[in-house]
Amino acid sequence: MLLKQISVFVENRHGAIRDIAGVLANAGINIRAMSIADTADFGIVRLIVDKRKEALSALRENGMTVKETDVLALSVPDRPGAMYEALTALAASEVMIEYSYGFVSPINGEATCILRCDDQEKALGCLTSKGFKLLTAEEIK
Amino acid sequence: MPRAELTKLQNERLRAVVKRVYENVPFYKKKFDEMGLKPEDICSIEDLTKLPFTNKQDLRDNYPFDLFAVPMDEVVRIHASSGTTGKQTVVGYTKHDLDIWGEVMARTLGAGGVTKKDIGHISYGYGLFTGGMGGNLGSETVGCATIPASTGNTRRQVTILQDFKPTFILATPSYALTIAEYLAENNIDPASLSLKAGFFGAEPWTEEMRREIENRFQIKAYDIYGLSEAIGPGVAYECECQHGLHVNEDHFLIEIIDPDTGEQLPDGTEGEIVFTCMTKEALPLIRYRTHDVGVRLPGECECGRTFVRMQKPAGRTDDMLIIRGVNVFPSQIESVLMDIEGIAPFFQMVVERDGNLDKLTVLVEMTEDAFTDEIRILEDMTRKVTEAIHSVLGIAVRVKLVEPRSIERFEGKAKRVIDKRTQVNF
Repeated sequence: MLLKQISVFVENRHGAIRDIAGVLANAGINIRAMSIADTADFGIVRLIVDKRKEALSALRENGMTVKETDVLALSVPDRPGAMYEALTALAASEVMIEYSYGFVSPINGEATCILRCDDQEKALGCLTSKGFKLLTAEEIK
Repeated sequence: MPRAELTKLQNERLRAVVKRVYENVPFYKKKFDEMGLKPEDICSIEDLTKLPFTNKQDLRDNYPFDLFAVPMDEVVRIHASSGTTGKQTVVGYTKHDLDIWGEVMARTLGAGGVTKKDIGHISYGYGLFTGGMGGNLGSETVGCATIPASTGNTRRQVTILQDFKPTFILATPSYALTIAEYLAENNIDPASLSLKAGFFGAEPWTEEMRREIENRFQIKAYDIYGLSEAIGPGVAYECECQHGLHVNEDHFLIEIIDPDTGEQLPDGTEGEIVFTCMTKEALPLIRYRTHDVGVRLPGECECGRTFVRMQKPAGRTDDMLIIRGVNVFPSQIESVLMDIEGIAPFFQMVVERDGNLDKLTVLVEMTEDAFTDEIRILEDMTRKVTEAIHSVLGIAVRVKLVEPRSIERFEGKAKRVIDKRTQVNF
């Protein structure tokens, strides 16, 4: 199950990320997870939110550059070696991970790992066939 | 030369050049014919205003050699400067033109006390840019031992200054200060060098910069003015009085005009500088509009030279910027961005002086079409824009992607240029 993540373009300036959080706060949107990718001059703020459509329009209305990206939300059991097993499965299928960040699922309290891979469909197939649980948009709400 | 004699010479030379361009340059023949103007109508410099102007666009329209007044086998040198759409402004010289150039540059150096006993260090860039070769020619014409150091590699420049013991230097003012900084950082006493004088130009600099250069090198710093369309450096020069630049009026006629009406303005009034090249053979431009803002200074100079003085140009009538001695138009950046897919037409050029070096940053607004979650693609895009601008301008530039609508708008249009350099003078 692929999940939609929101990516927002930000310049490296004071308050840039605060502005994004402010727009979402005003729109009554709950941020589930956030990650920041940075370069020397700009950054990309990646967000998993509860109400994606509303978040997108609120950000756009405030003049922000946004894009939706497919990611995987892998539920990782709370025990040593669980992450290793998932990554071993991906490695065996020759899937490359581009980036990843985590948060704790509000549903089952388990660690959730957001994954962006070079081949999302392949990653999805590989993880589900190995019995790993992937969260849906519904489960993130 | 007494004024009356000079005027007589100018009248003769103007008549001759008008005849030459009418007979040899189809562009001028067509223009004269359209205006119903005959070469015989121009008897003296009083008739100058009857002549049409020449614009930079005319050089572009006749790219590369169509304004030349001699066959190519008479041309011995080509120089060029950057143009607005990637097309360069091309200028040519005959053997005789190079002699004139050598002569006017020799006068420039001579006015700063240079004699054949001196050793010249030329730190202007050599190449299509007229600075290096022009300075070189002047120094050799005086009879000086001439070092074509060109620009860059400051450590080597300083070694040359220490070991070859040049007595004068030609450089852009900002590069001179870069060298001065290197001296300071390495505890080299400028008094241990043999420099006595420096000739600086090709970019904006102020009286404050002059004082700083004079203090740091313990030399006398002279301003020089020129443009490739006229001949290159050597169109006007400073004498020991350092009060305005004497125009080499036996070769170049200077007028100040109202840039809007084209009318000639009296001495002492600020306007656009216009030059007519009377003696050049390959590219004798008639009433060339420089877009530099200047003043003809009234009265005679204390030095006794009769050549009229112009004040150091105080800006431009168009949007041209001079960055590290290179002419840059915002339209050049625009045309580069237009060619790259997914880039917004909104951009801003920020010019700063980092230490003594001009630095150009181009801010480009991000669009939702161009935006992607992949950093690599955004970085590739930045690199592509950087390389494209670099190849058109010939100077290094930093490109920065910025948020949409973050660039200040003025009447719906993005403000194109933010020049943070305190220097406003040319």
